[in-house]
Amino acid sequence: MSMQTFNAWGRVRRLDLESAPLVSRFDDLPLAGMSAATVLPFGNGRSYGDSCLNEGGGMLTCRTLNHFIHFDPYSGVLACEAGVLLSDILELVVPQGWFLPVTPGTRFVTVGGAIANDVHGKNHHVSGTFGRHVRRFELLRSDGGRWLCAPDWNAEWYAATIGGLGLTGVVTWAEIQLRRIPGPWINVDTIRFGSLSEFFTLCAESDQDYEYTVSWIDCTGAGKRLGRGLFMRGNHCEGAPDLPPYAAKAMTFPFAPPISMVNPLTLTVFNELYYHKSLRRLSRQIQHYQPFFYPLDGILEWNRMYGAPGFYQYQCVAPMQGGEAAIGEMLEAIAQSGLGSFLAVLKVCGDVVSPGMLSFPMPGVSLALDFPNCGDRLHELFARLDQVVAGVGGRLYPAKDGRMPASLFQSGYPAWRDFSAFIDPRFSSSFWRRVTELA
Amino acid sequence: MKKILIVGAISAIAEATARVWAQQGDYLFLVARDAQKLAVLAEDLRVRGAGRVETYVMDANDYAAHAPMLDAAEQALQGLDTVLIAHGVLPDQAACEQSVELTLRQIDTNALSVVGLLTLLANRFEQRKAGVIAVISSVAGDRGRASNYVYGSAKALVSEFASGLRQRLAASGVTVVTIKPGFVDTPMTASFKKGPLWAKPEKIAAIIAKACDSGGGAVYAPWFWFYIMAIIKLIPEFVFGKIKI
Repeated sequence: MSMQTFNAWGRVRRLDLESAPLVSRFDDLPLAGMSAATVLPFGNGRSYGDSCLNEGGGMLTCRTLNHFIHFDPYSGVLACEAGVLLSDILELVVPQGWFLPVTPGTRFVTVGGAIANDVHGKNHHVSGTFGRHVRRFELLRSDGGRWLCAPDWNAEWYAATIGGLGLTGVVTWAEIQLRRIPGPWINVDTIRFGSLSEFFTLCAESDQDYEYTVSWIDCTGAGKRLGRGLFMRGNHCEGAPDLPPYAAKAMTFPFAPPISMVNPLTLTVFNELYYHKSLRRLSRQIQHYQPFFYPLDGILEWNRMYGAPGFYQYQCVAPMQGGEAAIGEMLEAIAQSGLGSFLAVLKVCGDVVSPGMLSFPMPGVSLALDFPNCGDRLHELFARLDQVVAGVGGRLYPAKDGRMPASLFQSGYPAWRDFSAFIDPRFSSSFWRRVTELA
Repeated sequence: MKKILIVGAISAIAEATARVWAQQGDYLFLVARDAQKLAVLAEDLRVRGAGRVETYVMDANDYAAHAPMLDAAEQALQGLDTVLIAHGVLPDQAACEQSVELTLRQIDTNALSVVGLLTLLANRFEQRKAGVIAVISSVAGDRGRASNYVYGSAKALVSEFASGLRQRLAASGVTVVTIKPGFVDTPMTASFKKGPLWAKPEKIAAIIAKACDSGGGAVYAPWFWFYIMAIIKLIPEFVFGKIKI
C-alpha cells in the first residue's frame, strides 16, 4: 500500500491518501492491492477544491497514461491516453497547423480532466465545451468492463462521463477533433469599459465576429467604478506576422509564504495599474497563443502566491435573464467585502448545448474570482453570493468549488439524481459526498 | 537523423529520452520485456515524429539473446550510431539482505547484463571507429550506503566498467557516456516522499540527449549531484559508520 500527499490547486486542504498508478491502459484498475473502500482518478491536480480529492479513500493516479495513439495531420483527429496534458498536445499539433477545439485558462490539465469537468474557454459562444469535440473515448470500470462511448454509441454513458467528475469510471483514452489554425498568433483587441452595461454591449457587438472573448473586471471598484474592466477579443491571425519567434519564459513561484501576498493593498494597486495599462480606450496587438490563452501558466505554481492558507475560487454562471443585475449585485457585495483578488473574469457563455449531464456552462454570463482563504468572513460573503446565484437560477462550477452547500448544487444540477445511477460502485470523491450525502 | 537502440525502453527515463529523439525525427529500435508496453510506446513515438520505430522483446538477463538482438537492430535500422542502455530494477534492500539468491539476481540485472551488452557493443563500435554508447548508472554507485548498497554496488560496477571502456575506446573515436541520475520521480520510486532534490524524467532525458551529442564523460543529472556526491565520498570511514544517509 502506497501513500502519497495530494493537494488540489487551491491548496486549502492537503491529504495523505492511498494511491496506485495506472500503468497501462490495457490493464484492469489496480484495485486488488488497495484497502480503500472507494477510489477516484487523479490527473494533474488542477481542480481547485475537493472534486479531485477523496478523503479517507484511495486515488488512482493517471498521469502515467501519457501516450499518444494516433494523429492524422490531414483531418486533425487525435487519439491519446487520458493522462496526456493539453500542453503536450499543443506542442505536437500547433507546428502542424492545428489547435485545441476548446481550451481552459491553463494548458496543464490532462485530457481526462478536461473531459471529467467538461471544461470551456474563451470561445464558448462559438464552440461550446471541450466535450463537444470528443469523438469517442473508452471508459474503464472497477468490474473490468470497458465501454466505448461516443455521441451515438453508449450515448448515455458518454453524457454521464463528460462533466462526470471522474465518478463514472476511468477514461483510459479519448479521440478529439482539433481545429485548423493558420499559425500560433492571435490578433487581440483590448477595450476598456466603464460599466457592466458597456460590457454587455461589447459582447453583443463582438460575439459574431470574434472567436475568443473574455473580460477582466475590477472587483475593487464600487459605486461609480462598479463593473469597470478590460474586454479582450481575438481571432487566429491569418498569414505570418513579421514578428520574431516567440520565446516562452516561465518562472516558478518559489515557495508559499506564511500569509497571502494578495491583500487589499496589493489588490487596489494592481487593479488601478492594470485598468490604466493602456492610455487609449482600444489597443490592438498580435499576441502569441500562450500569453493570450494562458497568462498564468507563465508563472509555474502561482497558487503559492496565496500563502499557506490557500485560496478559493468562486465561479458561477447566471442565465442571461436577470444575469446583468445578478452580476452587479455580486460585484457590489465583493467590492464592499474587500476580499476579492485580481483574477476576476467575466465571460458571456453562448447557447451551444453542453453534452454532459452535469456540464457547468449554460447560456448566460459567468463570473470567476479567486479569494485568499481568510476564514469566516469569506464564507459569509460566499453565502451572500450563493443567495444571488440561487435566486436567479444559476449554478457554481464543481471544478472550482470547495465549499458550495448541497442545496445549491442540487438546485443548479437537477440531473444529479439521474447521474447517480452511472457512478461506478467503487468510485467516490470528497466533493460528491459533500454535495449529496449531507442533503 | 540518428539510428538509436534503446535497451530497457519502457523505463521512465528511457521513454522520456526516446521522446526527445523522436521529436528530432530519429530512427529508434526499442528493446524491453513487455511487448504490449513496447507497442504503446512505439505508437506514441511515431506520432511525436520518429522517422522509424521498431520493437524487440528481450529479457536482458538472457545473455544468449544479446547478440541476435544487436544483429536485428543493425539490420532493421541499417546501422546503429547511438545506444542507450537504461534497464534496471530498484531492489528491496531489506529482502536482499536475507537472500543470497535475490541479491545475486539484482546484481545480475543491474550490472552483469549491462557488462555483457557493453562488451559486445564495444567491439562492434570499435571496428567501425564511430558511435555513442550511453549507459544509465546512478549516484548510488559512488559510495555504498546501508540503505541501498545492493543497487549501489551494481551501479558502481557499471560506472567503473564504463569508465575503463571510455578510455579504451577514446582512441577509436567511440564515445562512452555514463549518466548518473540522482532522485528521479518515476514509477520505480513511486513510494518515496519527494523533496526539492527530485527531478522529473524529462529533465534527465534532456541531459542524456545533450550528453550524447556533446561527447561523453560521466554526467551527473542534474549537475548538483556532483557536489553532493563529492561531499559524501569525502566523509571518512570512521564517521560514515556512525551516520545514516
